[in-house]
Amino acid sequence: MLRELYVIFKGFVRTFGALQIFFLRLLQHSPSVFVKRFRLVVHQIYNAGALSLVIIMVCGLFVGGVLGLQGYSNLARFNAEDSVGTFAAFSLLKELGPVITALLFAGRAGTALSSEIGLMKATDQLAAMEMMAINPLRRVLVPRFLGGAISMPMLTAVFNVVGLFGAHIVAVNLMGVDAGAFWQQIHSGLDPSDVYEGILKSIVFGIVASLLAVWEGYNAVPTAEGVGRATTRTVVSTAIAVLILDFMITAVMI
Amino acid sequence: MIDQTDNIVEIRDLDYSIGERQIFKGLNIDIQRGKITAIMGPSGTGKTTLLRLITRQAVPDRGHIIVDGRDLAKMSQQELYTLRRKMGMLFQNGALLTDYNVFENVAFPLREHTKLPARLIRHIVLTKLHAVGLRGAADMMPRELSGGMERRVALARAMVMDPDILIYDEPFVGLDPISMGVIVRLVRKMNDALGISSIIVSHDVQEISTVADCSYLISNGKVAGSGSPDELHNTSSEVVRQFMHGMADGPVAFHYSAPDYAEQLLGRDTE
Repeated sequence: MLRELYVIFKGFVRTFGALQIFFLRLLQHSPSVFVKRFRLVVHQIYNAGALSLVIIMVCGLFVGGVLGLQGYSNLARFNAEDSVGTFAAFSLLKELGPVITALLFAGRAGTALSSEIGLMKATDQLAAMEMMAINPLRRVLVPRFLGGAISMPMLTAVFNVVGLFGAHIVAVNLMGVDAGAFWQQIHSGLDPSDVYEGILKSIVFGIVASLLAVWEGYNAVPTAEGVGRATTRTVVSTAIAVLILDFMITAVMI
Repeated sequence: MIDQTDNIVEIRDLDYSIGERQIFKGLNIDIQRGKITAIMGPSGTGKTTLLRLITRQAVPDRGHIIVDGRDLAKMSQQELYTLRRKMGMLFQNGALLTDYNVFENVAFPLREHTKLPARLIRHIVLTKLHAVGLRGAADMMPRELSGGMERRVALARAMVMDPDILIYDEPFVGLDPISMGVIVRLVRKMNDALGISSIIVSHDVQEISTVADCSYLISNGKVAGSGSPDELHNTSSEVVRQFMHGMADGPVAFHYSAPDYAEQLLGRDTE
């Protein structure tokens, strides 16, 4: 029993170390790839970012709507329904925006990344690039990593804006909260530091989600089952990592 | 190391194992410059692994691999990439980039490594595609191609940088007799006209005999026999004879090592 735990622990430490070295290698190549192969990065921003917009916006609208409903019905008990704007903005900008965007991003873009890379590996495309003296790290992995990491904060911003819009529709248009009070409360209740916290989270989550997606794809067992498993692991490990990091960042920032 | 200039690849005392299984045990091979060298052997002897070692996609446990006078183990990644630009490799399954069409696949190394004008790239790519008979398929996607066509596109891609060494992993599998004949002649022609050194991994004894200058037969992690096709055909070695003539009985077992047949069928092996 203890022995098994030790083996699991050792495996975890080893994987975690390898992941960090992989991350450093990605970072090492990132600046030059960003400058020299900007078109590849833009293409990946389109893949990871633009193509995720629909799911981000739909989810953002409904999350905002729920916040509006919940906020209104609870705050109304204290005759504080005017504060529903602050409530929604706080929740969205600081927590729900970055976290839900990261989870959706893992499901929509992360899985696409890891299965694409895994399949390229399984069909020898990465080895073929190696043989053509083209570093797959620079040609395939780094552009995808950068595309994801750049897209995530932007997607979070979109999610927050649409979410606030959703909260506005529910609270103001349906429940009859005064629009002036709604926005005034947000304006006076929110500090810049609250916004920065959300931005910091979205940047960190973007890096983590993209890193894990590229990592899982690159380390996939080159079979149909292996690629499928890598895709699943991308979502699972991103979710765990994002929620743990969310707690840690919140604890530090408070 | 007798004469370095004569051999493009030299393999010395090579040991390599995957997990518990030892693939090569003291392997020695010389591949002459400007010649066509065939590596033959029963399936599972690690022929493809040998190609991976020669191109340093894998690193040996022990021994030296010297390519073009330089020890692979002592190369930096930059030097390795410089060397690989002079190598073309044809993968067993083609390994075409599935996101690009045939033309872009063949143009890929040129676009990555050179700043040639588009017209020139077009010219080079169409010439290479014409050589493998697929100029008409330039706009097709890899998934629309048959296995044999895919292999021919991959061959065009391997040639496009005009390499010094061409490495073929089972180039004849899945080709119809017509394209096989064309490809065999193409391999021969490139060797004679351009002085390219070719390494062909295959177990197609007939085709290899028509094209190779020199063959190595690998069995049990060692070279079991080597020489020109004629020499191999008339050898006294049991292993070589068995392989060249496709005999079931001989020193090389057809069956992968397994428990006793009758015992296993009766279910006694699990005890």
